[in-house]
Amino acid sequence: MSDSVLLLIVGMSVVTLLPRLLPFFILSDKPLPPFWQNVLGNIPYAILGALVFPGSLKIHEDMWYGLIGILVAIVASWFVKNVIWVVVSSVAVLTIISVVW
Amino acid sequence: MLKGIRDGLPLAIGYIPIAVAFGLLANSTQLTFFQTFLMSGIVFAGASQFMALNLLMVSSHYEIVLATFVLNLRHFMMATTIRKTSEPFNPLSKILTGSLLTDESFSVAATGPKPLTAPYMIGLNVTGYLSWVLFSVVGFVFGGFLPESLQESTGIALYAMFVGLLIPAVKGSRKVLMLAIISAVLNTVFTEFSLLSSGWSIIAGTLFSAIFIEFIYRKIQSPAGGV
Repeated sequence: MSDSVLLLIVGMSVVTLLPRLLPFFILSDKPLPPFWQNVLGNIPYAILGALVFPGSLKIHEDMWYGLIGILVAIVASWFVKNVIWVVVSSVAVLTIISVVW
Repeated sequence: MLKGIRDGLPLAIGYIPIAVAFGLLANSTQLTFFQTFLMSGIVFAGASQFMALNLLMVSSHYEIVLATFVLNLRHFMMATTIRKTSEPFNPLSKILTGSLLTDESFSVAATGPKPLTAPYMIGLNVTGYLSWVLFSVVGFVFGGFLPESLQESTGIALYAMFVGLLIPAVKGSRKVLMLAIISAVLNTVFTEFSLLSSGWSIIAGTLFSAIFIEFIYRKIQSPAGGV
């Protein structure tokens, strides 16, 4: 069991390293055409949307739990710049809800 | 590098609850201390690690490795983006930037100042990495002692961080808002109707949104000025 788990972990390591490293070594330094430059510029914002939904709604059996956390984060990030405080306020509100419920 | 470390702090803090939860679960799945440490240390991919724990009892190791590969293909897209928006890196910087790239460090880097420098990326990545490995181990040893209300609520931490990175950009740009909404809707549809596995779903939703919006904006404005 133990040896094969080690093998599993090494296997997982290899397949996570490949997509992370290959672009740095196989792509040229040549800039892309403007259209694709813009598409790459869009990716961070598109991926943030996909990372938040639906994942955030699944942290609890009750979908509202995650949704409230996200709403708090949206309001908080509208007013404060530092991301740490956004995280703290969202966690704090949900902790209070967990305790009260 | 200091700026990278500073920007890495929210990410390092956001990792704490997830890493502790991973360590706790690894312990109860009968991984050894060393295996838990090793998995966080050389795989360093939260979603894949949780998936591996879930599948360990029911799937072959071959299937787990394959699923991990699919789940992490999205990093190819992110690494490509970083590669094309950074200054030229030397090989060591490439390895430290690429091998420690996560959804979170990518999001911070890609929404931050350009062009990306090697010290910034290394500071950012290593800060998150150390937190992940350290708190996986802490979770393995102490995880059971956390109060349940806190275990529950900290699940929101990384999502709140994503929101915190997104909203400032949304404020200045309707394009950014549309990008996020389209990919969020697509990803939700793909996964909720089981059309795609979660790894492919994130890739498909993101690429479609990023390309589609660019076509729209090319139509409605002359030479685009980016986001």
